[in-house]
Parts: sequence; C-alpha cells; structure tokens
Amino acid sequence: MREADAIVVGGGLHGCSAALQLALRGRRVIVLERRHVGRHASGINAGGVRRLGRDLAEVPLSVQGMPYWHRIRELVGDDCGFTACGHVKVAESAQELETLEKRARTVRGLGFDHEEVIDAAEVRRLVPALAPHCVGAMVVRDDGAADPFRTTLAFGTRAREAGAAIEEGEAVVGIERQAGSWLVIGTRGRYRAPVVVNAAGAWAGRLAALVGDVFPMRTRASMMIVTERMPPFVLPVIGAVGRALSFKQSPSGTVIIGGGQQGRADLDQEQGWVDVTNLAKSAGAAAALFPRMRRARIVRSWCGIEAEMPDRLPVIDFSPGAPGFIHVFGFSGHGFQLGPICGVAVADLATRGTTDLPIASFAARRFAVAEAA
Amino acid sequence: MHGRRAPGHAHPPAGRSARAVSTPFDFVVIGGGPAGLAAAVQARQLGLTVTLIDEQPEPGGQIYRAVERAEAEGRAAALGEEYRHGLALARAFRDCGATYLASHQAWQVERDGRVFATDGTASRLIEGHRVLVAVGAIERPVPIPGWTLPGVMTVGAAQILHKSIGLLPDAGVWIAGSGPLTLHFAAEIVAAGGRVAGILDTARASIPGTALAHLGGVLRGWRYLAKGLGYLAQLRMADIRRVTGVEAVEAAGDSRLERVRWRVGSQWNEAPASGLLLHEGVIPNTQVTLALGCAHDWDPVQQCFRPRADAFGATDVEAIIVAGDCGGIGGARVAECRGRLAALGAAAALGRITPEDRDRRAEPVRRELEGHDAIRGFLDALYSPAPELLAPSDDVVACRCEGVTAGRIREAVSLGCLGPNQVKSFTRCGMGPCQGRMCGPTVTGVIAAALGVLPQEVGTFRIRPPLKPLRLGELAALADEERAA
Ligand SMILES: Cc1cc2nc3c(=O)[nH]c(=O)nc-3n(C[C@H](O)[C@H](O)[C@H](O)COP(=O)(O)OP(=O)(O)OC[C@H]3O[C@@H](n4cnc5c(N)ncnc54)[C@H](O)[C@@H]3O)c2cc1C
Ligand SMILES: Cc1cc2nc3c(=O)[nH]c(=O)nc-3n(C[C@H](O)[C@H](O)[C@H](O)COP(=O)(O)OP(=O)(O)OC[C@H]3O[C@@H](n4cnc5c(N)ncnc54)[C@H](O)[C@@H]3O)c2cc1C
Repeated sequence: MREADAIVVGGGLHGCSAALQLALRGRRVIVLERRHVGRHASGINAGGVRRLGRDLAEVPLSVQGMPYWHRIRELVGDDCGFTACGHVKVAESAQELETLEKRARTVRGLGFDHEEVIDAAEVRRLVPALAPHCVGAMVVRDDGAADPFRTTLAFGTRAREAGAAIEEGEAVVGIERQAGSWLVIGTRGRYRAPVVVNAAGAWAGRLAALVGDVFPMRTRASMMIVTERMPPFVLPVIGAVGRALSFKQSPSGTVIIGGGQQGRADLDQEQGWVDVTNLAKSAGAAAALFPRMRRARIVRSWCGIEAEMPDRLPVIDFSPGAPGFIHVFGFSGHGFQLGPICGVAVADLATRGTTDLPIASFAARRFAVAEAA
Repeated sequence: MHGRRAPGHAHPPAGRSARAVSTPFDFVVIGGGPAGLAAAVQARQLGLTVTLIDEQPEPGGQIYRAVERAEAEGRAAALGEEYRHGLALARAFRDCGATYLASHQAWQVERDGRVFATDGTASRLIEGHRVLVAVGAIERPVPIPGWTLPGVMTVGAAQILHKSIGLLPDAGVWIAGSGPLTLHFAAEIVAAGGRVAGILDTARASIPGTALAHLGGVLRGWRYLAKGLGYLAQLRMADIRRVTGVEAVEAAGDSRLERVRWRVGSQWNEAPASGLLLHEGVIPNTQVTLALGCAHDWDPVQQCFRPRADAFGATDVEAIIVAGDCGGIGGARVAECRGRLAALGAAAALGRITPEDRDRRAEPVRRELEGHDAIRGFLDALYSPAPELLAPSDDVVACRCEGVTAGRIREAVSLGCLGPNQVKSFTRCGMGPCQGRMCGPTVTGVIAAALGVLPQEVGTFRIRPPLKPLRLGELAALADEERAA
C-alpha cells in the first residue's frame, strides 16, 4: 500500500499537468497510467494551441492558459516544439466572412481582442499558397502549435523531477472509500490518498462510474493524416469556416491534416480504427484549400480517442457525490491547449477546495441539472 | 451552462458509406503470386465470384514476375524451368473468369472484408465476403555497418530490375548473405551472360552439420536440394568467387559504396566494390494482417512474426484468410498449395461446399504440401540469421528514413520504453515514408535483446493506413465519388 496526498489516474497531458502543479506545491502525488505517458490523445493529437474559434464558455480559461505556452520552457524545461505560428480560419465566401465578423464582435463584446478579421490581401500575405478563392479570414497571430508527444513527455518528466511518482503500466481497476480516504486498486499495487483526480481521457466515464458518477458522454475518434516531407510552404495553422479541417506543416516539412473527421473507437481494445471514407473528406478539404496537396504522399493516418460531452465542454470539477474526487476530462477534441492551465485549476481544487480560474461552465452538475429540467 | 444545446451532437455514420465498384464479391484476393493465382483459379472452379488485386501489371508475383512478357520476349528459358512453371499458372488464371485489377495497390483492408485500392490516380472500394491476403514475403532487413550507402541494395531489388527490365549488375558487384535467393540470383545472372565480383556466403550451418537432423526431409524434397547443388555447380563453372564461412560484412565508402569488408574467423578482408547486394532470407509480409489486428505469433525457427491461421488459412478475423509466404515462408510451390486450400476453406465458410467436400478436395493438396514442406526445416536450419542481424550493434542505422541507430533504440529502452510503439514516439524510428516496413523487425529485435525477452513479448509496430504511400488526391477521390453519388 502506498500513501499519497493525491492520486492521478491517467498519464496524458491533463494528468501530468495536474501532477506537476501538485508536486510544485509540495504535495505527494502518484500518477497511475495504464500504458505509458502520452500513449493516447495527448501524445498523438494535432498539437494545435488555439484560442481561435473556441466555444464562448471556454474563451476565458483558454485565454488565461495561453501565457503558459508562450513561457513553456520556464514551466517544464523544454520548449515542447512550441512555436507561436498563428492560427488562420479562412472564409471562402462573403457569407462565411460575415460569420467571422459577427463572431469577432461577440468575442470583443466579452472583453477579448485576440480574434482579428482580415481581408483577402492580408490572407494572401500570410498564406501565399492558399487557393485564390478565399475572401478573408480570422486570425489569432500568437496562437501556435507544439509537438504533442514531446509536450506530454516534458510535463511528465518535469512532474517527476518535482517529486511526483509516475507508474506506467499500472491500470486502475477499482476504487473504494475507506475511512475517509480513497483506496485505489491497480493491477500491480494499491494506493491510498484523500484526493483522486480522474484524468482518464476516453475512459474517464468508466472511472467516474467506479465512484457512482454517471455522465452522458460518448467517445470521439478523431483522425489525422501525415504526409511525407515537403518544402516549407505554409507557416500558420489553417482551419476553415465551411470545412472540417486543421492543416499545418511541421518544422520537419511533413504536413499534418486533421479537423475532426471520425473513425471508430474501441474502448476495450484501447484503440481507434481509421475510417478511410471519412478520412477521404479530410483529404478533400485539404486539397480544396491547397491544390498542390493533391500530389502529396500520405505516409500514415491514425485515430486518437477521447471523451466528448453533449455540449462539447469538459468537466473540471469535484464529483457531486464522491468527496475529494476531482474530474478533469471530456475535452471533446480541443483539450491540448488547455493542458497547462487545467493543471493549475485541478491543483487549486485539490489543495484549496476552490479556484479563481474561470471554470464555472465546466461544472459536473450541469448534466444532472439538465436532466432534471 | 444552462440550457446550452449542442449543435448537432451526431457522429458521421461509421462504416459502409463509400460506394463499392459493384456488389460484393465472394472472394477478393490481394496478391497475384502463386498463392493468389492458385486461390483465384480454385475459387472460380468452385463457383465463387472472384476479384484479384495486384500492384504489378502482370500476374506472377515475386517469383514469376513478368513471366508472360519474358516468355513473349524469349527470355523465360534463361530464367529457368521453375520460372516457366509460373506461365501455366498465369494462363490458368487469365482463363478462370476472375475480375483482375492489375496495377492496383491495396492500401487499406478492413476487418469486414472491404478493400481500398488505387490505380495511382483514384481509389476505389472493393467488397468481399472473404478476403485472401496473399501479399508474399519481404526480404529480411540487413542492417550492417554502411548498409544505407548509395550502391548498397538488396538482392531482391536487383532481381526485380533483372526480371522486369532485363538489367544486369556490373562485374564489380558483390553479393553477400545467405538464403536460397543469393545463389539463385547469382546463377540467374550467370545464365543471362552476366558476372558478379563474388559471393560472400554468410550461411551459418554447412550441409552435413546442423541440417543433418533434417535429412529425412531432404530426401523427400530432393528436387530442391538438386536445385541448390545445381546452382553451385553453375557458379563454379563460371568461375565466380565464393567465400564461405563469412561471419560479418561491412560496406564502406565516403559518400557512396567503395569497398566491401568481411570477416572469416578473426580475419578481416577487403575488396573494391561498385555495388553490394545484400540478402538474409525472406520473412512474411505481415503489414496487412498486422494492420487488420489479426493475432500474430513469433516463429522461433524462421525468426519472424506470422499471422495465426488454421489449416485453411483462416485467421482470427472472420473475413480474413492468408495464404503463401505472408502466412509463413514456404516457397512458391507451398504458396500454390496454400492458395488452393484457402479457396476451399472460403467456399466452405460461405456454404458453397460442405466441410466433407472441402476435406475430400483438400486431401491431395495436403499430401503435395507435405512433400514440399519437408525441405523447409532443412533450409531454415541452414539459413537461420545471425543474432547480430536481428539486433545490430549501437552505431548501425536501424531506421534509414529517420536515421535512427540501434544505439538510440537501446537508449530509449534504458529510459523505460518497453515496446516498438513507445520507441517510435521517443525516437521517430519508423515514422518515415516506409512506416517501419524496413526497420520494424530490427526494432523488435533490438528491444527483445535489450530486455532479454522473446520478440513475442515485445510485439510489433502498430500499422496504420495507408499500407503504401498514397497521394492525397487518390484518397480524396473516394469522397468525390461519394459526393457525385
Ligand atoms: C486526433 C486528435 C487531434 C487533436 N487535436 C487537438 C488540437 O489540435 N488542439 C487541442 O487543443 N486538442 C486537440 N485534441 C484533443 C486533445 O488531444 C485532448 O483533449 C487531450 O489530449 C486530452 O488529454 P487527457 O490527458 O485528458 O487524455 P489522454 O491523453 O487520452 O490521457 C488519458 C490517459 O489515461 C489513461 N487511462 C485511462 N484509463 C485508465 C485506468 N483505468 N488506469 C490507468 N490509466 C488509465 C490512458 O491510458 C491515457 O493515457 C485532439 C485529439 C485527437 C484525438
Ligand atoms: C525479393 C524476393 C525475391 C524472391 N526470389 C525468388 C526466386 O528467385 N526463387 C524462388 O524460388 N523464390 C523466390 N522468392 C520467394 C518466392 O517469392 C516466394 O516463395 C513465392 O513467390 C511466394 O508466393 P506468394 O504468392 O506467397 O507471394 P508473391 O509471389 O510474393 O506474390 C505477392 C504479390 O502480391 C503483390 N502485393 C503485395 N502487396 C500488395 C498490395 N498491398 N496491393 C497489391 N498487391 C500487392 C506483390 O506485388 C506480389 O505480386 C523471392 C522472394 C522475395 C521477397
């Protein structure tokens, strides 16, 4: 039996980030990860570090999270491959441009000025390789991208250096309440702590169920494509109003294409299966905006899985029923950028029982409330 | 979060959304080598509808590559009697009534029997009730010092150049390695009027040594042995230098190959070389079955992974069958037998023949198979790869796409990486254009040796689509087709 102040289940970015912040506050923390750090969504996502276009409920937290990325080396001792290359969401018609302008006004109305609408000439200047029919775009100039596996690993490594223990190859199979504390049962060992953090990604619903919390959620299986190396031709990360697309060229020259087209998830096998007919839509979207891409060779595609909530917003909150049990999951396709700041929020909850960070929209009870209504 | 409604919280329907070229076929065969061709012919005889997909422009596979063209151009005789056996097979296939998608590469196979293939311009979907994976063997990677220098290639690649366009190596080229193909290819070159500088034979056992135990098999498989001895005689007659007992080979040169070095006992030797052709036997091409998630087992004799399959080639995935070298190395005649068995198994599984009928028809094929299989134990013992090939020393490049050395892999293991996929994330090894097709066996071998466990416990790279590099436009065409529908 090992004792700790907190046990974190899941060694993705959110688990490692929470562990790091807890360790920095001098807490004894153990991370239990079934496979290895960065094995799932956190290690294989598109690496987009984006405020642009976020759900309005997420904007405040996302904005407060951005400085962590701009100073990521100070936090974890590695630059995580982060570059503030900018994000551009293109409009292909006057109507789409109007949508962007409306959105920018709304966001300004809430007191945020990171989103900026630009005209065709400026788009052309920022992204010369873009198909000429694009009429404008929204940009966030200091959004960026990072290397997801390297980032997750850096958070894990830094957490260890700060004193956290990370047990890889340890799956949590049971959780019991015992004498005012939690007994966490793994396949290899037993652990006891007053606080448990559920950062189990796609499997967070199963973990929650162990303490009686049932959430309406499903599993996303987002797919990605990577091409062979190409000469540099695009700097920012590109999205589009009218297409499911995220498109970026990595520093090594490979082009990484995502955007949320769905494959098939298999929670039991712990893997996603690529659905190539859906994948073809991503390929089509990329080729429509960058005609030169038609001839680019795809070397690999893959599929990552994670939890999605009905409103596509995460749960960052104490369990409504299980004391000291903290949920941080359900990032619904866009939790990478929130990784560093959420660690702070979780550590606040774990150590102070509350946080000043804007997480009210992510309450666990919102689903129960909606059901009762 | 009050009253927030998700905008259309619906996922696109998974699965069968793309249109098939036509209605599903009973039997879709991937690979037009002896296994695939024999299977297609047999399946047609049993009344199944069949499509055969093969990336080559003509039927024949690896061993009977371009056999029809070679015959038409009068080159087939020089390539040997065995090669011409393929002609009959190719003709039977042409006449059997199977749909033939030549020059089509299958780049994704799904567990439900859907196959996606491209002709280099656009992709299409072919659906099968049963899919036979008959994609043959690949050459075992030969990671020796200097193997990535220009001027070094595999014997198989040189053979493809010879069989398909008649290209002969120049007289400064060395062949190094073991396995039937090295001798076969050297003899092939000599028969075609060419020469090589010499052969460095790395076979570890001599015929009267370890292999003696398999003599019973050898006698039954005497035809094969005669073939091996025949090659040797041919090479002696042509006065081709052959060095036996070679324990290590290195390629050397500044920006390209200039010299080859080899060791016999403790003695190092060196010779100038304009080319070096490496070969250490073949291993099953498991890309397709790994991508499908079929169960695989480590074969300790052939030192490779192979898909788990029953006597009719059925895997643990219902729609997927394997035959030929991709299910375990057996050679061309064995592949042919296994192809026939696979077709019988499929016909029975689809209810077209009874299990009794299947077994009755399988009986003579099985007997023939035993005759061919007998030699295998002998060849396996003779040509088992040296341990340092499975786990080369630290400075040797394992992954040529990303330039990752065996030492880097060991370092990742010492940092706690326990499997190939974790090593891949750590080192980028296997992330390049070849997607681990070349380095996969080496990575598994290095990790297994470093941890002191069997490769079975280490496992393999996860294989993700596409099976071969595919242009974005070829993929996008699938969606275009659907939109037009
Ligand atoms: C293809 C793809 C592209 C994406 N692109 C972006 C992007 O560009 N920008 C962005 O912001 N977000 C993106 N995301 C979303 C982002 O990756 C996720 O929101 C984020 O990584 C979630 O991190 P996590 O730590 O919660 O989950 P994960 O990284 O999945 O970690 C959960 C961990 O918990 C472990 N675990 C589960 N159950 C147990 C158990 N019982 N015992 C022990 N361990 C357990 C798992 O093994 C896993 O390692 C993308 C996601 C995908 C799949
Ligand atoms: C390089 C090499 C050279 C060889 N030379 C000889 C020799 O000279 N003599 C000898 O006795 N044996 C030789 N062998 C062994 C011999 O090829 C096999 O024993 C025999 O050909 C096995 O038959 P098969 O039907 O299983 O596979 P193969 O004959 O290899 O046929 C497989 C076919 O599938 C095709 N294919 C593979 N993947 C795909 C895909 N994704 N989509 C579409 N098509 C695909 C291949 O192009 C090939 O046409 C060689 C093997 C190799 C690897």
